[in-house]
Amino acid sequence: MPALTHTHDTRSGGAAVLTPSARRRAGRASRKTVRGAGERPSGSATAILLVGAAYCLLPVAWVLVAATKSGRELFSSFTFAPSTHLFENIGDLAAYRDGLFWRWMLNTALYAGVGAMLSVVVSAMAGYALAKYAFRGKTAVFNILLAGVLVPGVVLAIPQYLLLAQVGLTNTYWAVLLPSIISPYGIYLARIYSAASVPDEIIEAARTDGASETRTFMQVAVPMMMPGLVTVFLFQFVAIWNNFMLPYIMLGDDKLFPLTVGLSGLLNQGASQPALYTLVITGALLSIIPLVALFLVLQRYWQVDLAAGGVKA
Amino acid sequence: MRLTTGFKAAAALAAAALLVTGCSSSDDAGTGTDGSTGKASGEKVELTFWTWAPNMDKVVALWNAENPDIQVTVNKQDGGDPAVTKLLTAIKAGSGAPDIMQAEYQKIPTLVSSDALADISGEIPADVAAGFPEGIWNAVTLGSEAVYGVPQDSGPMQFYYRADVFENLGIAVPTTWDEYAAAAAAIHAADPNVYLGTFSATDAGWFTGLAQQAGASWWGIDGDAWTVSIDDTATEKVASYWGGLVEEGVINNKPMYTPEWNAALNNGTEVGWLSAVWAPGVLEGNAPDTQGKWKMAPMPQWDAAKPATGNWGGSATAVTSQSKHPAEAAEFITWLNTSQDAVNALVTESGIYPAYSPAQAGALAEPPAFFSNQPDFFEIAGETAKTAGSFTYGPNVNVAYSAYNDEFGKAAEAKSQAKFLDAVAAMQKVTLEDLKNSGFSVKE
Repeated sequence: MPALTHTHDTRSGGAAVLTPSARRRAGRASRKTVRGAGERPSGSATAILLVGAAYCLLPVAWVLVAATKSGRELFSSFTFAPSTHLFENIGDLAAYRDGLFWRWMLNTALYAGVGAMLSVVVSAMAGYALAKYAFRGKTAVFNILLAGVLVPGVVLAIPQYLLLAQVGLTNTYWAVLLPSIISPYGIYLARIYSAASVPDEIIEAARTDGASETRTFMQVAVPMMMPGLVTVFLFQFVAIWNNFMLPYIMLGDDKLFPLTVGLSGLLNQGASQPALYTLVITGALLSIIPLVALFLVLQRYWQVDLAAGGVKA
Repeated sequence: MRLTTGFKAAAALAAAALLVTGCSSSDDAGTGTDGSTGKASGEKVELTFWTWAPNMDKVVALWNAENPDIQVTVNKQDGGDPAVTKLLTAIKAGSGAPDIMQAEYQKIPTLVSSDALADISGEIPADVAAGFPEGIWNAVTLGSEAVYGVPQDSGPMQFYYRADVFENLGIAVPTTWDEYAAAAAAIHAADPNVYLGTFSATDAGWFTGLAQQAGASWWGIDGDAWTVSIDDTATEKVASYWGGLVEEGVINNKPMYTPEWNAALNNGTEVGWLSAVWAPGVLEGNAPDTQGKWKMAPMPQWDAAKPATGNWGGSATAVTSQSKHPAEAAEFITWLNTSQDAVNALVTESGIYPAYSPAQAGALAEPPAFFSNQPDFFEIAGETAKTAGSFTYGPNVNVAYSAYNDEFGKAAEAKSQAKFLDAVAAMQKVTLEDLKNSGFSVKE
């Protein structure tokens, strides 16, 4: 944290973008350089942020509490009164169709992990090329990418289905993986990031020393872009983890389903079957744990990245 | 700066690698029609089967054990609507559809008009038709010479009620709709939190069943043209009746299948349900605390001298037009829905009510576990099933149903009898116009 506050203190105008808590810490760290206006935490701003935090966290708390209730308690006992059935629920969920839930979990990890990794590779190469090379059609390519950022992925799901159906890839792992690899937003971020964090002089120096373009990219540019690439990875990982529409359309076999589609199926069993609320809620709780873990692990890179972007832009 | 050839080559190589891995994987990962090629005699045939019936894989395992040459893989689906949407997308795309598809009766005209289903009239034994009630067999032939599937289950409607509550209040089980209205008023008067039922503006299939009981048939075929008669007197009678109860406030106006509704069934503030023969499974799941307190009776009647009921739910098993093995698929679905072994398994594993009459007696000897206090459960169900009127579905049921959700949603919210009748008129208008705009020939 000290590194973060210092960078901002040296650029006093930047203090406005800090959160109140960071601002307080910044104020304590070096009171002289921060202007008085930003020093006192505003009561109303704090209140608004608290309301925002409650808005985001209450549903999570609800899932946490509801996952501990048995089916008969779920809609009858007090909403936030926890019960003792969490492990029974997990057991029921694990027993559903011979442990299909764990398969969904692995599928999701595969789609999100491999998809995000490949997406980072493509984004890094494309972004670096767009930032550092001059070639015919560069502006056109970049403009098309920008347009791609504006098109929601949901709109593309059906056309992608039709394309993949022509090569017979629907209802396979590839049907979900391939469309996840190209992320216009990831390429856009990688381009901005490599333009900002990889100085032209260093590339020139590497060339002068006789490094090939590939080696310059792999060993000089990529390490310097790493925080940005972690950001791209996280964005893409979360996007694929939460994606519903694409796998929903692409997949017919529930052994290939990711968590989102699988859990929705448990809720929509048709009129003649009871909806499996308890299983869905327990499943939802288990499905966010890996995401939370990933964020905690990669948080360090993420923060460094946000701060670095502020300085070097 | 310029792009060096080395970098270009690397990029091209990476792209090619992606393509190659993408293509080669289709062989091992691909399931369904794409993986299987034309059948030479004696060769093993693999069929995929989209269904949402629970535990269908266990029923299919019986077939697979006895038919090593025709292996069926179950792909469990999310339910009727999503499965049909996916199937239609796959039909449009030209590949990706399963060989065999569970299809609700009301979806069959839609699927047939999109050329999604194969005509299997030449592939199934001629005596199969005789085992099904006429109304149900019509649903898979659409009144033509073709056969688009073999019926699997049906959902004749009955009245489910909390016997203990009726007994405590000294109310007789209603046999007519007038008595139902009186019972609803008495129960609500005894405790204002308690309702005998709810008018659900999100369950179009439920309302269709009620209209069918009153004698409605919303679509029809007149020569070469479709007709739409949602605003006939029968449907208006039903809408006006429920609008009156909702306006009076003796019947709830909240949708079914919500957490609130589940809780109300379980805690005894919803003490009746006009449902179909599959209701025990839903009640068991949603209202486990009320075990042994429910009973089932035939539907309240409009004319006690002519008992009738409607159908809510029910589906057939069909062969899709993309299947490369329609003969084997037809053989399988005939076995699935008409052999005693398979029907027994469907009842015990999937909890369905089989449509094939000759196999019913053998499969339905015991009442459902949740209704073990009513030994004659399936006798009553069988009696009521025979009284279901015939009902023709059209090719745009989805449009009519979504119009139902929109229009009756507003009417139920407003709690106004007049608006219930407006909703019927609006459904008629929307459905008729959509049929015309879709290019069907329509007779008004």
